[in-house]
Amino acid sequence: MTIATPPYDDVLDRYDPVLGLETHVELGTVTKLFCGCSTVFGAEPNTQVCPVCLGLPGSLPVTNGTAIDYTVRIGLALHCRIAEWCRFARKNYFYPDMPKNYQVSQYDEPLCIDGYLDVDVDGDEFRIEIERVHLEEDTGKSMHVGGSTGRIHGATHSLVDYNRAGIPLVEIVTKPIAGTGHRAAAVAKAYVTELRDLLRGLGVSDVRMEQGSLRCDVNVSLMPKGATAYGTRSETKNVNSLRSVERAVRYEVERQGARLDGGERVVQETRHFHEDSGTTSPGRSKEEAQDYRYFPEPDLVPLAPAPDWVAQLEASLPEPPSVARRRFATEHGFSDLELTQMTNAGVVDLVRETIAAGAAPGKARGWWLGYLVGRANDAGVEAASLAITPAQIARVGALEDDGTLTNKLARQVVEAVLAGEGEPDAVIEAHGWKVAGEDELVAAVDAAIAASPDIAAKVRDGNQGALGPLVGAVMKATGGSADAKRARELLLERLAGG
Amino acid sequence: MSAITREDVAHLARLARIAMTDDELDALAAQLDVILGAVARVQEVAAADIPPTSHSLDLANVFRPDEPVPSLGAALAVAAAPAAEHDRFRVPRILDEEA
Repeated sequence: MTIATPPYDDVLDRYDPVLGLETHVELGTVTKLFCGCSTVFGAEPNTQVCPVCLGLPGSLPVTNGTAIDYTVRIGLALHCRIAEWCRFARKNYFYPDMPKNYQVSQYDEPLCIDGYLDVDVDGDEFRIEIERVHLEEDTGKSMHVGGSTGRIHGATHSLVDYNRAGIPLVEIVTKPIAGTGHRAAAVAKAYVTELRDLLRGLGVSDVRMEQGSLRCDVNVSLMPKGATAYGTRSETKNVNSLRSVERAVRYEVERQGARLDGGERVVQETRHFHEDSGTTSPGRSKEEAQDYRYFPEPDLVPLAPAPDWVAQLEASLPEPPSVARRRFATEHGFSDLELTQMTNAGVVDLVRETIAAGAAPGKARGWWLGYLVGRANDAGVEAASLAITPAQIARVGALEDDGTLTNKLARQVVEAVLAGEGEPDAVIEAHGWKVAGEDELVAAVDAAIAASPDIAAKVRDGNQGALGPLVGAVMKATGGSADAKRARELLLERLAGG
Repeated sequence: MSAITREDVAHLARLARIAMTDDELDALAAQLDVILGAVARVQEVAAADIPPTSHSLDLANVFRPDEPVPSLGAALAVAAAPAAEHDRFRVPRILDEEA
């Protein structure tokens, strides 16, 4: 018999959650961390590999200076201390996603230490303490063959593509995040969102979660309310959307809550998140896999960032996203509430770009917050992943403003663009969507009145509430292309006159 | 003083996915112990004021510019692999360790 899973809020009435987030960011360097192979996403398999990233005998790595530059910038933006001297380490393990049987990473000497990031959750600020920021090489990609769904289970063999192996990957690790209470899931999402925006602002990564250039491991544990000793945590690996970060926390809170309620232990383990169901399932157990036998990488010389160079980088940092957002709101007259709504929905940049493309601020905000966010939620994606650009929204907005499109038609155009039918103007042309002209409208109004003399009589007698069916008839006659407000005006005008 | 035990060797062999017989474990434990003992003699001459070395050269900050150089090409990359399929390295079934 399974015990019914208690809902999230119910669990958090009785337990305090502690979170830990490890975020991996692929840096946007042109070449890999230790060799000159290209890092472009989506290339044919094994076309971006060389003796160094394949770990062939006799090859020697040389560190990409830009990757160090980017990592230090990330550390500084997160208010970290930059190590004066540190080394890479070998993380030894036997798994074919690295051809060398080890991954070059950093172990007890990370490049950046002890920072923080402040995040805003519905108007309250949470300070997320950063434990470390270190640099390592990304792994290759395995494709499992023979299993029913391309997963390992039941596979007969695997095929490996090393294009990604060796791409610089920065790992940002938080200290345990306690005291969030019911807002644990929201805080986790807000942190990853803020981090993504910060990284984008720094220009160090394209931070595309759907392409895996930003991915997150989510640690969750529960302890009885008021306790101080943290509970046993689970680690959900490779969560790759903002929405999933939130869902993974919620699911783990509920799952662990059910176990603890039932008197069972939470097992310390790695878990996998399933996008379709929003659930997690156990992965490998940590027992032996964790014996990585780290040692200093003998093929690479130490890093010793010069203090004056670090100071120079610090002075050149862009404004943090929270400051940029505030400035953006002031510039365009958005209220605090509107800014919070746009921030929570993840559309600040989209609204900014739509305004930059010529839309009025209110119109830009209205389209994203009032319509497209809902469409994105329906599709289970981020608004930024929708198949429509800020420029296209700005164009639709302009066509609404000049009367070419009614609001209803504008939505039809947006839907058509989302469906991949092309640019707004092409869509309008192809469908013949235009606001009905005045002549067409007058004809439709007269026809509607003639067709329903009894309703017309009621309206003439002063019952304006009876007008609805006539407006409907006009809209129908014009194929929905009429401006309903104008149709109403015309109907009243003609009825009063006749 | 014996630093390496038979259990240590068995553990390392398991991590390295190398199958070993009992005789091999005994033999290697003794041999590795001698090797480690020889290397450990370095510690006898290293005074407290000598920092540990991880590289043979006294260098730091050796960097490469972020400029691409041509890669091998898929055909050449997989040419020396024991098995390949569709320009990918073909490896035996991986233990159920990852999704």
